[in-house]
Amino acid sequence: MNVPTMAEMTAQGIQPDVLFWVGCAGSFDDRAKKITKAFVKILNKANVQFAVLGTEESCTGDPAKRAGNEFLFQMQAMTNIEVLNAYEVKKIVTACPHCFNTLKNEYPELGGKYEVLHHTEFLKFLLDEGKITIEGGKFKGKRITFHDPCYLGRANDIYEAPRLLIEKLEAELIEMKRCKTNGLCCGAGGAQMFKDAEKGNKEINVERTEEALETKPNIIATGCPFCNTMITDGIKAKDQEHSVEVMDIAELIANAEDL
Amino acid sequence: MNYIDNIAFAILLIIGIGFFVKNSKKIVRNIKLGKNIDQSDLPKVRFQNMLKIAFGQSKMVKRPIAGILHIIVYAGFIIINIEVLEIIIDGLFGTHRVFSVLGGFYSFLIGSFEILAFLVLASVIIFWMRRMVLQIPRFWNKEMKGWPKNDAMNILYFEMVLMSLFLLMNATDNHFQNLNIGNPISQYVAILFQESSFTTVNIIERIAWWLHIIGILIFLNYLYYSKHLHILLAFPNTYFANLKPKGQFTNLEAVTNEVKLMMDPSADPYAAPDENAAPPEKFGASDVTDLNWVQLMNAYTCTECGRCTAACPANITGKELSPRAIMMKTRDRLEEVGANIDNNGKFVDDGKQLLNDYITPEEIWACTSCNACVEDCPVNIDPLSIIIDLRRYLVMEQSAAPQELNSMMTNIENNGAPWQYNQMDRLNWKDE
Repeated sequence: MNVPTMAEMTAQGIQPDVLFWVGCAGSFDDRAKKITKAFVKILNKANVQFAVLGTEESCTGDPAKRAGNEFLFQMQAMTNIEVLNAYEVKKIVTACPHCFNTLKNEYPELGGKYEVLHHTEFLKFLLDEGKITIEGGKFKGKRITFHDPCYLGRANDIYEAPRLLIEKLEAELIEMKRCKTNGLCCGAGGAQMFKDAEKGNKEINVERTEEALETKPNIIATGCPFCNTMITDGIKAKDQEHSVEVMDIAELIANAEDL
Repeated sequence: MNYIDNIAFAILLIIGIGFFVKNSKKIVRNIKLGKNIDQSDLPKVRFQNMLKIAFGQSKMVKRPIAGILHIIVYAGFIIINIEVLEIIIDGLFGTHRVFSVLGGFYSFLIGSFEILAFLVLASVIIFWMRRMVLQIPRFWNKEMKGWPKNDAMNILYFEMVLMSLFLLMNATDNHFQNLNIGNPISQYVAILFQESSFTTVNIIERIAWWLHIIGILIFLNYLYYSKHLHILLAFPNTYFANLKPKGQFTNLEAVTNEVKLMMDPSADPYAAPDENAAPPEKFGASDVTDLNWVQLMNAYTCTECGRCTAACPANITGKELSPRAIMMKTRDRLEEVGANIDNNGKFVDDGKQLLNDYITPEEIWACTSCNACVEDCPVNIDPLSIIIDLRRYLVMEQSAAPQELNSMMTNIENNGAPWQYNQMDRLNWKDE
C-alpha cells in the first residue's frame, strides 16, 4: 500500500493534490483502520496524488470543543494549522465527519483556510471525473440502508453524495424512518463516544440500530468511524452480527472493486 | 349625543395598549441583558429567512397535521385583525361597521373572516383534542406540568371564545343579517335568535361586540406572561438566527487571544499584567447574563411545542435532557433576573444562577450535539448553543467535566488523540 507522507513528498519537491486527514479513529481504532485502508486503496487505484501527515497529525480538537474545552481545542487547532500551513496544504479529504466539520468550519477563523471534503464527496468527485468506476459486483441487489452521521448531514447538509455512491453499487437503498434532516444520532457525538451515557431507559445506539434493522438490511452503511462503532455495538446487542454488516461507504466501494 | 361609550372605549384601548407597551419594554430590556453579538450581516438572506420561515411557516409543515392546522389559525389571526381595525374605529367614533361603505367588497371581506373564524375555531378544537384526548406525548413531558400546561389550555380557550364572539356578534347584528350577504357562517347562528325580540338581539350584539374587543385587549396583555409571545417574536427570531452551518460552533475570542500568547515564542511569560486591562472574561455561561441576546430572545420566542424534545436522541432514550426545558428554564431565570431588577433598581445577587439552580449538569452532559433540536424548531431556536456555553463554564471555569471526559482531554493534551496511543504510532496502520 502506497501511503506517502507530506514530509516525504516535500523532500522530493512534490506538492500533492490533496491531503488525506486520517484522524484519530482512522489511525488507532482497529475497525476504523480498515476504513482508512479501504479509502487509501481507492486513492491508489485512482492514481490520486495524495499524502498523509502521519506522525505530524494530531487530534483536530473536536471532542474537546464539544465537551466545552475551548482552550484545548484552540491549542490543537493552532498547532495543526501551523503544520498544515507550513506544507501549504490547499485541499483536505477526511473519512471522519467530525474532523471534516472542524477543519471546514472552525479552522478558517483561526487561520486555517482549506478546501475540505468528506471522503464521500471526494469519491463522488472521482466518479464524476471518471477516475474510478463503480460496478455493483457483490453488492448488486443487496439491501443497504444509510445512517446519516449528524456532522455530515444536519451539521453540513451533505445527504446526497453517500446515497449516490450506494446507488451506483446497484444496491437497493432503503431509507430508515428517520433519515436525512430527521436522522437520529448514533449516540457518539458531542464527546459522548468517550463517556458512559447519562441515566436513561435505553442506549441511543440500540434505538438507532433497531430502526435500521426494521428496514431488513443486508448492510448498514455509514460514513463515520464513530457511527460505525456505535451501530456495530448495537448490532451485537441485538445478536444480529452474523446477518447484518456495518460498513463504511469507502469499504463498500473498495470491496465492490475487489481492491 | 351620548359619548360615554366612546370615552369608555378610548380608556380601555389606552389601558390595554399602554400595559402592553410597558411590558414589551421589559422584555426588550431583559433580552438586552445578554451579551452583544453582531447579527447584522447578510440582511437580504436574513429577511428571506424571516419571510420563508416565520411569515411563510415553511418549517411548520414538517409535521403536516399540526402544520396545516397552525397555518389556518395563523392566517385567521392575521386576517381577522383587519376586522379589529374596524372595531377600533367604530368604538372611537361611534360609527357602526364603518367599512361597510366598501359595499360588495366589504361583504366579501366579512364573509372571508367568518369562514376563517369558523376554520380557526375548528382547528383550535382539534388542537385541544390533540392535547387532551389523543394526549400526544410531546405535550405531556414532565416540563409541561402546571403553568406550561395551563398556559397552553388558556390560549386555546381564549381563541375559542374570541372566534365564537366574533361569529355571535355578526349573527346578532340585525341590519347585517338582513342584508344577508357576507354572513356564510353567522346566518346559521342567527337562527338561534329568530324567536328573540329585536331589543334582546341588539343587547346580545352589543355585549358580544364589547366582550370581543375586551377579550382581544386581555389576550394582547396575556402574551407577556405566556409562551404565546412567539406570534410576535418569531419574526425577529428567524431574522437574527444563525446562518452558519449548524456544525460550526463559535470560537471563543478570549481563548484565541490567550492561546496565541501561549504559542508566541517572543511573549514574555513574566511580563507584568497591564494595570488598565479589563478583568479576564468569564469562559462560557453560568447565568443568563453570560448568554448572548439572541439566545435570550430564543427563550422568549419558544412556544413550547416540543418538536425539539421529540427529536432529541437523549430525551427519546429517557435521559433527563429536554431541549425545550433548556429554553423554558432559561426564560424562567431571565424573568426572575428581570423581576429582581424591577424590584431593586438594579440586579442584586440572589445567590442563584441558571446552571445548577435551573439546568443541571446531568441534563447538559446528556447532549450528543446532533442538532436535531435546532433542525426541528419551526422558528430556528438554538438550544444546543446554550448547552455548549454551559459546558464551557463547567469545564473551563470549574474543571467539572465527567471523569471519563477528563481522561479523554488529558490524552489529547499528552499524545494528540482522545485515546492513550503514542502520536509516533499514528501511521502504523499502513503496515498492519
